[in-house]
Amino acid sequence: MTSVRYTKDHEYVRVEGDVAVVGISDYAQQQLGDVVFVELPEIGKVVTKGGEAAVVESVKAASEVYAPLSGEVVEVNSELEGAPGLVNEAPEGKGWFMKLKLSNPAELDELLNEHAYKDFLDTLA
Amino acid sequence: MDHSEPLLETPLFSAHRALGARMVPFAGYQMPVQYPDGILAEHGWARIHAGLFDVSHMGQALLKGPDHATTARALEALAPADFLNLSPGQQRYSQLLAEDGGIIDDFMVTRPLAPEWDGTLILVVNAACKVGDFAHIAAHLPAGVTLIERPERALLALQGPEAAAVMARHCPQATALDFMTSIPTDFDGIPVEVSRSGYTGEDGFEISVENESAPLLWAALLAEPEVKAIGLGARDSLRLEAGLCLYGHDIDLSTSPIEAVLNWSIQKRRRSEGGFPGAARIQDELTQGPARVRVGLRLEGRAPAREGAEIASDGAVVGRVTSGGFAPTLGAPIAMGYVPPALSAPGTRLDILVRGKALAATVASLPFVPTRYARKPKTGA
Repeated sequence: MTSVRYTKDHEYVRVEGDVAVVGISDYAQQQLGDVVFVELPEIGKVVTKGGEAAVVESVKAASEVYAPLSGEVVEVNSELEGAPGLVNEAPEGKGWFMKLKLSNPAELDELLNEHAYKDFLDTLA
Repeated sequence: MDHSEPLLETPLFSAHRALGARMVPFAGYQMPVQYPDGILAEHGWARIHAGLFDVSHMGQALLKGPDHATTARALEALAPADFLNLSPGQQRYSQLLAEDGGIIDDFMVTRPLAPEWDGTLILVVNAACKVGDFAHIAAHLPAGVTLIERPERALLALQGPEAAAVMARHCPQATALDFMTSIPTDFDGIPVEVSRSGYTGEDGFEISVENESAPLLWAALLAEPEVKAIGLGARDSLRLEAGLCLYGHDIDLSTSPIEAVLNWSIQKRRRSEGGFPGAARIQDELTQGPARVRVGLRLEGRAPAREGAEIASDGAVVGRVTSGGFAPTLGAPIAMGYVPPALSAPGTRLDILVRGKALAATVASLPFVPTRYARKPKTGA
């Protein structure tokens, strides 16, 4: 059983065993519009919760993606290099950004569950 | 821009909302940045079919004097194009210049075709500059010449290779127009002023119409199978591919028309005679060359470089990007920026610094994507 958690900056985390898959939410990709480039971190990079982890570029602008949790980057989605549009097509599927080996899994409790994230989105409408 | 001011709406606001547009604040207006199809699809549509743009936020005005020569000379005191020798129905691109030759705004000037309009010029200026432009022009007019704003008019642009076929069904006279000419005519019986112009690099038309009729025109055009609504996002990527300047980005008070390589918009008589603000500097730049010039840049890889990014050569910063993004037609990032003339030849290899990384770039000739304006072949001299 996996569960997805979200940040108020619209990143998601899906914990699978001791690694967390990180990407941006469907709401985030809709707001950005067509994604044309994703700058991913180097494998081995250590990120801190709330720190800059990636950059996503739409036709119009560049946006920073923050690490939802602290950990080490163990894998990045190299498919995004040739097909950045995957972020729009399947943000929580094939459009994932990176996998983190969590250094402080307790941080997960600070994130929003799916229900709380939906409520948060309603406040933005 | 004072953000406490309520945002204005164009007469097509409801039409944009009905299409599901994402509205954003732009130049004091609520404008559609994109429709549900998204910027890439909209961009592609305008390059292949026909894109419909609401550009009603732009500033329309008439400059009215007793005769063409008087009105043209009044405008020639503020801008460096030859307006005196405009033929009836001819349109010209120019710039309002500051005393030091910096650009206050860029704008379009049309000499109306109808003889009863003799002595009037039609102006279209940028939305974000219109208040300042109109005050500047009005403050510098000789007796007998007046500026009359036209807030009662909307402006639509239909752009793309299928635009002429669409116009043929509603406004057939417009299809006989040559690039940068204009006629008063009617569209399905509605009086309009149509010019063969635009800012996408494609063949197309700009249609000025009274506000109350704008929704009718919009709906009639959108009902055509070749036509889709295009937002400001794709308008920006289209004009960038066409190598066209965006005021406040590629040109502003700190740039001269010669630095911006808009030399073609200053006709021969004006170059020699001068008589416009900043003439001494511009004549000097025409003979000696400017200190820096606007160039196109193609980036290697897929990472775009945005406005403000530094341009470097051999590790030294030599300029700055003024517009940058992704070119949907090319599937690659492109940019424009200013560099010293010695580094401006197409093929020159430069770096653009993005988030601390040097991205390899090459100076490219402009436009990035070939333009397809409806120019009649020149006959004779």
